[in-house]
Amino acid sequence: MSHSSEDGGKEGRGKCELSLTVNGKPETVRVFPMERLLDVLRQELGLTGTKEGCGEGECGSCSVLMNGELVNSCLVPVLQAAGATLTTIEGIAEGPQLSALQAAFLECGGAQCGICTPGMILGACHLLNKKPEPTLEDIREGLSGNLCRCTGYVQIFEAVEQAARRRASA
Amino acid sequence: MRSDPADYELIAPGNLQAVVSLLADQPGKWLPIAGGTDVMVLYAAGKLPARKLVSIWNLPELRGIEISPEEIRIGAGCTYSELREHDIIAGEFPLLASAARWTGGIANQNRGTLGGNIVNASPAADSLPALLVYEAELILVSGRGERRVPYLDFHTGYKKMKLAPDELIRAICLGRRFSNYLHYARKVGAREAQALSKVCVAALGRLRGGATGDVIDDVRIALGSVAPVPLRLTEVERIVKGKPIEPELVQLTRKMTTAAMQPIDDIRSTARYRSAVAGNLVAEFLEQLRSSRKTV
Repeated sequence: MSHSSEDGGKEGRGKCELSLTVNGKPETVRVFPMERLLDVLRQELGLTGTKEGCGEGECGSCSVLMNGELVNSCLVPVLQAAGATLTTIEGIAEGPQLSALQAAFLECGGAQCGICTPGMILGACHLLNKKPEPTLEDIREGLSGNLCRCTGYVQIFEAVEQAARRRASA
Repeated sequence: MRSDPADYELIAPGNLQAVVSLLADQPGKWLPIAGGTDVMVLYAAGKLPARKLVSIWNLPELRGIEISPEEIRIGAGCTYSELREHDIIAGEFPLLASAARWTGGIANQNRGTLGGNIVNASPAADSLPALLVYEAELILVSGRGERRVPYLDFHTGYKKMKLAPDELIRAICLGRRFSNYLHYARKVGAREAQALSKVCVAALGRLRGGATGDVIDDVRIALGSVAPVPLRLTEVERIVKGKPIEPELVQLTRKMTTAAMQPIDDIRSTARYRSAVAGNLVAEFLEQLRSSRKTV
């Protein structure tokens, strides 16, 4: 990681170059260290599937996986993601095939306006990675940091249950 | 208005010694940032006064939970997820495990740290009443070395604490001496996740047989969100110790609890509601303690 003064003016405040792996692909970006991971994903890497809702860690719309852990990308200064492995909604499908979770969200009506959906899918993905056979209570708690103003949540919980059942029987 | 990242400096030295040296060389000039769940909120709102930040996220020296027969030592950089998933914390310090589960949602629990929660010094922090009743001790580190201080009087006023500008919290120590106590925790908020408490209670108690029935042998009670700092009810504890739990005592405790608080009206609740609920919860704790003899 190298700092330069040409972009930021004062020494140490300039942009730095850092590497991360996003959806399996190595990337190098030239950014200010305090830029939000959310903005780097959307603006530098063009991965606009990750949404900004509240911008203060309350709504979960910007959820991504960082080294396998669910985080709100609006609260991660990008320097802290240097060297990390990230998964965004763009990395969830298995090639051209929707993942079991994505298919279940469609079938159950778990997505309406769509703003919360990428975060919901990442939250559900994190949950199923940790607990492949979650109870309804586990699902409610696993997604308690993801707000949805359309569905009333029931269809979302059903989608996660369905995806878990399919994964178990696959 | 949103902050411009070009105005901020953030460095990540990667080891504790380098961070401590930086703070020693320029005390008060660098703001440590761990998981960012508080700092980045201020930053996004354009309300972060600090312009120079030093990352302490993932510093190996601040991670891990060390277990010895007498105490557990929690690295200040441990996340809520690590706390709630830890068997000994869940088993022996359930008030801290509950607080970890109530703080934010999963994504915030994966990033928020116990040390960060202490230094952020919100009177509404759910983990702090638990640290008060477990009589936590803090290990502080600076270029001058380490010192160990009781958490009890660490917070001295709203967002004020006994932490020198060149110091960091390195670890939080909890004595393993509460296994035969009743542990009581309640959070009252708009919802469990992602909502700060209107009132939060952590309490510990133990009975012993007296001449005319059970009396309170030992007790510790603390409240969050009811004063400028997390509040330990030491006067209440002193009054009830050695007494049987009878309706008059519960009534007195309720009154003393309300008198000890300095609640305010704010976006989450009102002073009146907080007083009534805190009194009720402390009364509920005593009722549970009274009937605990059969089950503990």
